[in-house]
Amino acid sequence: MSTQSEITENGLWTNNVALVQLLGLCPLLAVTSTVVNGVGLGIATMATLVLSNTLVSLIRGFVRSEVRLPVFVLIIASVVTIIELVMKAFFYDLFLVLGIFIPLIVTNCAIIGRAEGFASRNSVGASALDGLMMGFGFLLVLGILGGIREVIGFGTLFANANLMFGDAASALTVVFNPDYGGFLLAILPPGAFFGLAILIVIKNLIDERKPATNAVSEAIPGSA
Amino acid sequence: MVTMNSRQILLSGLFLWIFAVVGTGFVALTEANTRDLIAENERRVLLRNLNALLPEEKFNNDIATDTRQLPASPLLGTESASTVYRARMNDEPVAAIFSSIAPNGYSGKIHLLIGVYGDGSLAGVRAVKHSETPGLGDAIEVRKSDWILDFNDKSLTNPSPEKWAVKRDGGEFDQFTGATITPRAVVQAVKNSLLYYQQNADKLFD
Repeated sequence: MSTQSEITENGLWTNNVALVQLLGLCPLLAVTSTVVNGVGLGIATMATLVLSNTLVSLIRGFVRSEVRLPVFVLIIASVVTIIELVMKAFFYDLFLVLGIFIPLIVTNCAIIGRAEGFASRNSVGASALDGLMMGFGFLLVLGILGGIREVIGFGTLFANANLMFGDAASALTVVFNPDYGGFLLAILPPGAFFGLAILIVIKNLIDERKPATNAVSEAIPGSA
Repeated sequence: MVTMNSRQILLSGLFLWIFAVVGTGFVALTEANTRDLIAENERRVLLRNLNALLPEEKFNNDIATDTRQLPASPLLGTESASTVYRARMNDEPVAAIFSSIAPNGYSGKIHLLIGVYGDGSLAGVRAVKHSETPGLGDAIEVRKSDWILDFNDKSLTNPSPEKWAVKRDGGEFDQFTGATITPRAVVQAVKNSLLYYQQNADKLFD
């Protein structure tokens, strides 16, 4: 059993989905051209993680081990489909932007990874918290990477915030220089790789300077 | 490794089956509760796109439902049936809005909405879906540049058919700095849609 603070630190930092486990890179690299897109997918992924972790933990006592993976996949697929429908009903414009990446949350290895590696062995409360923190750690990286690419690529920040928060949020958009021609490299896929690499370097640098008190993380092998 | 007897296999299958039923049930329940909202959203976006091409005061029918399915046509760039939206004023035909495809964009198909007035002139053109390069080819989007507004009021006689090309090909339409393929594809698709209208105008409003 992990304590709450351990789960939190694990999800946000030590075992961060994007920066350490390097899972879910396909949507991560594809949608982070702006903050709003990144955060939009981050919220959807976080909601999926919380719900799937909770449900998997609820059934952990009686799920038959030989069919547990298909059952987890069924749970995750149902949760994602429901989130997609809710999004289409209430955030249709954001759905138009994120498009196919919402159904693709199903294929994010981080989610089945947490279901199998954590939720199937821990209490409901701990599993829900783990889903929340893993999801939030992923969301933070999506948002920060989106911010870096948006500022460098488009010269704006929080563009299209109205898609997520309603028309009032249009005021959030910051335009640094209206004549900025844009920097294509940051918007195209290579920019996503560079940005993610820089974030990983920064994280590792910070870890190196810290005294090595928190020992080995429970990294889960897997592939994106 | 556990040896599985048929009883265990059956139990596992049953277990999986129950989860499939419960999961599908929840999805179905959500779908039933969001269906109307989603249809309303799709309609709102469609109307927003159509109204961008054709000012609301020019027609008074329900343009989103006054539609017709057109068979696949090389002139429209379609490989399956596509929808034409028909605008009428007091039952008199005003304009037809085609869902055309420019098949030869730089990164695949460019989906266009093309509005044509009864006299064969263009109400307007909008790119609704494409994967052109951000910062170069995506200038066909109206929120990135006003290039696509150049099509307004053009027709097969204005400019003359051989001038329906980008400037580099001796035509009348601008290309973008660093991107010729995208505007070339769009110009060609718009011209083809006008030709389609010319050949089928009498049948569209039946």
